[in-house]
Amino acid sequence: MISKEYTILAPEGIHARPATALVRLVKKFKSGISLKKGDKTIPLNSMLNILALSTKGGDLVSVLIDGEDEEEAASALDVFFKEQLQNL
Amino acid sequence: MVPTKKSTQIEGMGVSPGIALGRAFVMQREVVALTGIHLTSAAEVAAEIARFDDAVSQSVAEVEALIAELTDRGADDGLDILETQIEFLSDPQLRDDVVRKVEEELKTAHDALIEVTDALVRLFLGMEDEYMRGRHADVRDAGDRILRNLGARVQQPRTYPEGCIIIADDLSPSDTMTLDLTLVAGFATQTGGRTSHAAIVAKARGIPAVVGCGAALGGIGDDEWLILDGQAGQLLVQPDNDTIGIYREKQQDFVKQLAWLKSLRDAPAVTKDGHAVALLANISEPADLDQVFENGGEGVGLLRTELLFMGRDSPPDEEEQFEFYRKIALKAGKRPVTIRTIDIGGDKEAPYLGLPKEENPFLGYRAIRICLDRTDVFKTQLRAILRASTFGNLKIMFPMIGSVQEVRAAKAVMREVGKEMEQQGVPFNSQIQTGIMIEIPAAAIIADLLAKEVDFFSIGTNDLIQYTLAVDRMNDQVAPLYDGFHPAVLRLIARVIEEANRNGIHVGMCGELAADPLATRLLLGMGLREFSMSAVSIPWIKQQVRETMLSEAECIFEAVKGLDSADEIRRFCKPIN
Repeated sequence: MISKEYTILAPEGIHARPATALVRLVKKFKSGISLKKGDKTIPLNSMLNILALSTKGGDLVSVLIDGEDEEEAASALDVFFKEQLQNL
Repeated sequence: MVPTKKSTQIEGMGVSPGIALGRAFVMQREVVALTGIHLTSAAEVAAEIARFDDAVSQSVAEVEALIAELTDRGADDGLDILETQIEFLSDPQLRDDVVRKVEEELKTAHDALIEVTDALVRLFLGMEDEYMRGRHADVRDAGDRILRNLGARVQQPRTYPEGCIIIADDLSPSDTMTLDLTLVAGFATQTGGRTSHAAIVAKARGIPAVVGCGAALGGIGDDEWLILDGQAGQLLVQPDNDTIGIYREKQQDFVKQLAWLKSLRDAPAVTKDGHAVALLANISEPADLDQVFENGGEGVGLLRTELLFMGRDSPPDEEEQFEFYRKIALKAGKRPVTIRTIDIGGDKEAPYLGLPKEENPFLGYRAIRICLDRTDVFKTQLRAILRASTFGNLKIMFPMIGSVQEVRAAKAVMREVGKEMEQQGVPFNSQIQTGIMIEIPAAAIIADLLAKEVDFFSIGTNDLIQYTLAVDRMNDQVAPLYDGFHPAVLRLIARVIEEANRNGIHVGMCGELAADPLATRLLLGMGLREFSMSAVSIPWIKQQVRETMLSEAECIFEAVKGLDSADEIRRFCKPIN
């Protein structure tokens, strides 16, 4: 089980376009991957759940990854949250 | 054309500027009803779930086909909207919810989907964030598509005439993708806001649009003549010929202006002889930034924070302020944003501060004078700004400074806040630049002393003029005396710029004089290199800057020194067209 914290750097937070990219990235891995914001945790394979979480720029979130390819997933998500999210 | 019925006017929210003239095309949508059928066996339950999965696959395939078709045509903008649609259609949460209703409540896939979609639409509509509220349309759209593939009769769009104005309750991503938008002159919707799908698409494509028109749109019939003003947010139904003539002209003006704006937006604000000038904007809230960027603004020279404090029963707490500043910092990115601490008092009231009514509010208890007493309010604001400072390029500016002691006192409060944050381990930019407004004549006169205390000056001409000339410009009887070209005002301004430059600190101007094309060359001649104004003024001032030779501007300033009246100076300064 891997857990990492990120501050959302994209000003608008996670909008539809980055959420689409995120869901697609998550679906590539076998591990169960979820996102925690405050006291809410949601599965990251669901567009509806990501949007319903209404993540804004500057919010602190944790990504929780559990499964056989968790290392690989963690590094891919690291790139997503640190770099890609701002350019989507 | 002869109007067949009386002209009427409908008000909505203009989300994409421009004028459209055309005939109405009313998009109708049927609401699919629940069947109320209950399943009676495990076999039926399994069959319904399989039917749902098939309908989803079919829906995804349809959208994929649409993507392929658009890619072939080379139309790749808007593809991301369809990619997102696929994720909505195949969302595991959507499936889980539908399956649960089928299994536990023995509903048909059709009924289960309608109920799940309705609940999701309500969830999104109830969200605080306007953008997220707008996503209810995507959910509805996905639900409708799956419903169609479950055999429900959800109406397909009809073909529509070229140049029509689309009238709809709202437009979903499927609508805008299937509509050939090049044939649409404009659209008006009953619901929706600035970030609804319809608004985003309209803006991106430059199609005039008005949203949130309400029930009044229901009165419009197919083929009725309409004028749509996407700037004013108005829809004129069955206008008379005179009105049509006026709007045809407006339409042409708009197109011309747009081309001009576009040509200037990305052009640098540099004088003919290569001196760069910073053109910034004055704003009051995060949403204003869009217009700043559209007009080629390079940042924010003045963020007024009064809006946060006015029209409410208690001051905003640290969290609310932090959110506000952070949003702006993130949105502006690397571009500078100068935040002016509360400039309340005077004509700007905040009842919860319990300020007594004053004889002369402009000469009274306002801005920094309140803040230095009410350090509770001041510290909360500074703390919120400092917390947000790690998210962008923020600067802090104190208004209504009249003495060196006030600057020192304000900075001492700020240091205190910084120290507390350090102890608590709260990150902030400890190098944040601090500056002051120069708007009291006393401050202009001691600019040399003040320059040693701060990183920058910003000249607030509105107050500087009224205090220097002792003129209340709201008083009609003396308003003509209010004049930024009065030699006394200009001497003070020149002095402030000179002292700032001599002491190596930045100096900008954020009052109305900065937005007056007549003053641009004179101010450049004085040595001003930073102008902050309302976003719409930026292209006009940029044009002046780009037409100016600095050597000429300096000559103008020299010559103006010898003139003794505002009118003469004004004549001498005449702008370049």
